[in-house]
Amino acid sequence: MTQILLEATGVSRRFGGLVAVDKLDYTLENNTIASIIGPNGAGKTTFFNVITGFYKPSSGTLLFEGREIGGMRPNRLTQIGLARTFQTIRLFGNLTALENVLIGMHHRLKAGWFGSILKPQWVLDEEQQAQKEAMELLKYVGLDSYEEVFAQSLPYGMQRRLEIARALATHPKLLLLDEPTAGMNPNETRDMIGFIRRLRDDRGLTILLIEHDMQVVMNISDKVTVLDYGQKIAEGLPIEIQRNERVIEAYLGKRALEFLKNG
Amino acid sequence: MQTRLAESWSRLPRTIQIILVIALVILLPFAIDIIERATNFGLLTQINRALIYVVLALGLNIVVGFAGLLDLGYAAFFAIGAYTFGVLTWPSHDIEASFFIAVWICAAVAAFFGILVGAPTLRLRGDYLAIVTLAFGEIIPTLVRNLKDLTNGSQGMTPLGRPNFGFFENTFALEPGSLSVGVDPHFWFYVIVITAVIVLFASRRLDNSRLGRAWKAIREDETAADFMGVDPIRTKLLAFAIGASFSGLAGAVFASMLGAIFPELFRFQVSIFLLIIVILSGIGSVYGVLLGGLIISTFDGVFLAQILPGIFPKIDIQSLRWVFFGIGLIFIMIFRPQGLFPRKSKGRRIDPDTAEEVGVMQSEVAK
Repeated sequence: MTQILLEATGVSRRFGGLVAVDKLDYTLENNTIASIIGPNGAGKTTFFNVITGFYKPSSGTLLFEGREIGGMRPNRLTQIGLARTFQTIRLFGNLTALENVLIGMHHRLKAGWFGSILKPQWVLDEEQQAQKEAMELLKYVGLDSYEEVFAQSLPYGMQRRLEIARALATHPKLLLLDEPTAGMNPNETRDMIGFIRRLRDDRGLTILLIEHDMQVVMNISDKVTVLDYGQKIAEGLPIEIQRNERVIEAYLGKRALEFLKNG
Repeated sequence: MQTRLAESWSRLPRTIQIILVIALVILLPFAIDIIERATNFGLLTQINRALIYVVLALGLNIVVGFAGLLDLGYAAFFAIGAYTFGVLTWPSHDIEASFFIAVWICAAVAAFFGILVGAPTLRLRGDYLAIVTLAFGEIIPTLVRNLKDLTNGSQGMTPLGRPNFGFFENTFALEPGSLSVGVDPHFWFYVIVITAVIVLFASRRLDNSRLGRAWKAIREDETAADFMGVDPIRTKLLAFAIGASFSGLAGAVFASMLGAIFPELFRFQVSIFLLIIVILSGIGSVYGVLLGGLIISTFDGVFLAQILPGIFPKIDIQSLRWVFFGIGLIFIMIFRPQGLFPRKSKGRRIDPDTAEEVGVMQSEVAK
């Protein structure tokens, strides 16, 4: 039986007169990979930002594991199991790779200011355990031996992977990836596809991604949702989306659609 | 020579190092006595003042250096610490708390005010926070001047409580008052060194802790830290509170040492002077602020205030004091923007273009 992890009903987000997300209904089942695609300005990232708490929804309800999460602060959402990466990489540049991952564990560690100053044995143990887990995560994304390198001096592809490692460190149930293959060459993109699959298969994660690279979307998605002007215009298996006329129209325009039909 | 000295130092066992440092600290005032007698400069009192500034700067370093919050009114917490001590020990108030208890209350009260100011303002970022803290730094001295019942207004409070060793005197059957401390700079040197060591220890520990990491994450990218599960408001409040408590502690010791406090001691210039220490020494560097704070404050108190006026008796050096710091800041910004003694990080940098790509992901995907 598939379980619904995330359920949006009639979610809207307005900026003044602009409706970026318009009464969107969306459900996401456990342990799946789902993609959201759409032309530029379709409201994909806004929807992401609403889910992860960066924006409050203007209206509608947003349930995560049956619990209302609309308007919760990002750090609270991270604590209950949502993690994300960013379209433009947002690592802590002057911290090392290891420290970046450790930040992801912050909310699971218990040392407060008093414990941080006095460092009793349990704090030392906790810290050591966290470092061990962080090293394992770095290894998982192929960054072992880079743990002491400052994040900002890592090459681009590694920064992307470090961002995912940091998100994984929060122990998410739902991982939201905002254009994970942006700026990658075909080899790196292929690696990333395999990597995202393994996240679902090995770690039982549910993954929601925004992606422009159709190769990636069609390759790994269990479900594809197409947004245009903040509304859902199509949803289904990759193969169905590829043939959907409204999608082709949204991407390429009416005349292109006629051209494709009539040859 | 220098490297060889450092090498043989690092080869010594930890306990020997500590014993040597303690011996050095104990002997230092007597060595300074000799220099003072030879040169006629007031050195030890200036070094005491410098150490107080080090404690203050270490607190500011937590707020500005670790958490990246620009606080332009930090002297307000110094004033709160000093005046709390005043209220608790000024004889006219009839409380006359013991020094050893009062200093901790002062630190706690300053921390409380840190939270009070921080709670509504830490939602602001960057410039806005700087403006609000600047205003707070102006409000406190004005408040002190006008709360005459509590603070005795601009006349100041004097005398104030000093450490009382009656307990020791009784225990060891000494003559009453034989351990009375007065204004003897030697005694205060040791008190301030102990205070500084406590604050230095706490700073070092915080630097390498879960909390210190969260502060730095917020400094680097507050939004990203929020998305990674770090509560920015709570974490920033802790930086404000802990920074303020260091300042409150320094204020209490300072008030007790002087034996008198006035609103003029906690002007805006104090905040700026501390900020200059942190920036010149190396933002975020604990030992840097220790070293830099000592050097800059002694430079200010001995070189600018005593040596230069002796050489150029006709020029009013004191009025040019800020010119020296201004020039110093400009030079540091141009030639050494990371500060004189930047934080030695465990991390390393690699060249992104030539970095060898690790193949774990590739190989695992390939199978």
